[in-house]
Amino acid sequence: MSFISNLLNGISLGSIYALIALGYTMVYGIAKMLNFAHGDIIMVGGYAAFITMAANWCPLWLSMVITVAVCTVLGVVIEKVAYRPLRSSPPLAVLITAIGVSYLLQNIALLTQTANPKTFTSIAAGAPPFLQVFSGKGAVFFKANPYQDEGLKPVLTVSMETFLAIVVSVIIMIALTLFINKTKAGRAMMACSEDRGAAQLMGINVNATISLTFAIGSALAAVAAVLMCSAYPQISPYTGSMPGIKAFVAAVFGGIGSIPGAMIGGVLLGVIEILSKFYISSQLSDAIVFMVLIVMLIVRPTGIMGKKISEKV
Amino acid sequence: MAFLEIKDLEVYYGAINALKGISFDVEQGEIIALIGANGAGKTTSLHTISGLIPAKHGSVKFNGKELTKTPAHKIVSMGMAHVPEGRRVFAQLSVLENLTLGAYTRKDKNEINESLEHVYERFPRLKERRTQAAGTLSGGEQQMLAIGRALMSKPSIVLMDEPSMGLSPLYVNEIFDIIQEINKSGTTVLLVEQNAKKALSIANRAYVLETGKITLSGDAHELMDNDEVKKAYLGE
Ligand SMILES: Nc1ncnc2c1ncn2[C@@H]1O[C@H](COP(=O)(O)OP(=O)(O)O)[C@@H](O)[C@H]1O
Ligand SMILES: [Mg+2]
Repeated sequence: MSFISNLLNGISLGSIYALIALGYTMVYGIAKMLNFAHGDIIMVGGYAAFITMAANWCPLWLSMVITVAVCTVLGVVIEKVAYRPLRSSPPLAVLITAIGVSYLLQNIALLTQTANPKTFTSIAAGAPPFLQVFSGKGAVFFKANPYQDEGLKPVLTVSMETFLAIVVSVIIMIALTLFINKTKAGRAMMACSEDRGAAQLMGINVNATISLTFAIGSALAAVAAVLMCSAYPQISPYTGSMPGIKAFVAAVFGGIGSIPGAMIGGVLLGVIEILSKFYISSQLSDAIVFMVLIVMLIVRPTGIMGKKISEKV
Repeated sequence: MAFLEIKDLEVYYGAINALKGISFDVEQGEIIALIGANGAGKTTSLHTISGLIPAKHGSVKFNGKELTKTPAHKIVSMGMAHVPEGRRVFAQLSVLENLTLGAYTRKDKNEINESLEHVYERFPRLKERRTQAAGTLSGGEQQMLAIGRALMSKPSIVLMDEPSMGLSPLYVNEIFDIIQEINKSGTTVLLVEQNAKKALSIANRAYVLETGKITLSGDAHELMDNDEVKKAYLGE
């Protein structure tokens, strides 16, 4: 049972990584840059949720809307102000700018929110667990422990946060896949990612498409922020850096630029992390995650879903 | 005023002066050939006309409208399509998706479907392979897809950049037949080619481009008899 519990926790954490990795991979695929400030957008989203949830005028749903809106606008503005002017500059200049934006966001957070971590109240606070399994009694969904009086403890508990992270991520990934494959704007994104010049010749506004990509990626980061801060209830100016880096690893792992790759890579990474934390060493789990990446890059440099397309004559 | 009028066009890549003030014009209904050796500036000319690269100086007027200040993505809906050098089809998308992207700026679904049927009639092979990823097509088929994709915008002028490049002789003939058909159905064609013989044989008029300057121009058949052209471009 503890294995199942760990596996579910891994999938849940991995779903959050996948949401973040989608932002990395979409921006890489379409704008051809690594947006290292992506993790810090999560941090800003975390604070937006933290502050609005603490305000008593703000219901939870409005707080979520504000969080998503703040991140979306932030992502689009960062692209417009910091990256667009460098559209035809060498990749290194863009990369350094992205790192600069990352530090800028962290330092603004340090100034306005201080370095002290704050306790985040989960969006599922007070809710019963999603699932409890009792030996001999079976499963109980969405209920507080009904056998409390008999002193019976569940052998398996899946928290509401774990459940929400998985369900919300799955819904978002399905919606995103449909959007990319079925809508005109989604097709325009694919065209831009393959050949920006040819996309322009089709009448596609490349700047608008890149803005849309940043908007979607940042909105996903906002959702990830709320899910992550609920599951690991703390927020600080550095909250975004480690998940940001891990999601980047997940994106590379899955094949950077590939949307299904980011989903698979994210989930796998979460599972590897939690399982190695539990069965190998909690101190080494991060090292193991990065080692898996290195092995992957040696064995299959393009990642799981990465593909090479040879030119034909 | 000509249909498409290029005047004193100068283009730089950093310090490299790729176009040194070229002027030429295209009348409605014509096939105009722009010929020249590798590196003469043919692709640069087409890219500047369709807005992919900025002009340093000079003007491009299409239907009386200035294009040098118009963003590339707005030029398609003005009636200009561009079949780029090297085809540049969207390799991971299907043939049908590529064609649909060609009609990206159009709204009317019925009219788009009509154009699609026209393209399928002209290129039955594309219809057979409509669900196949464009990257898996042969070079000749990809060229047909690139042309079909351009036609999906229902253009009044098509710019074609070396459509015969890298194709087997059989395909080359087919492509030139298709260009003539497209022209006969009322579309003006600005054709860039290294295959000067073929290009001159179907064009009304032609311009010869040499290291960023137009050195010769005139009736295509007369140019074919021109000694300089013969020596430099027709291998005679
Ligand atoms: N992206 C670029 N950067 C720098 N120089 C370029 C670039 N593209 C073309 N050139 C140069 O501009 C000149 C014209 O090139 P191009 O228009 O491609 O010629 P053509 O199509 O006639 O072969 C060449 O000297 C070429 O080296
Ligand atoms: Mg060329």
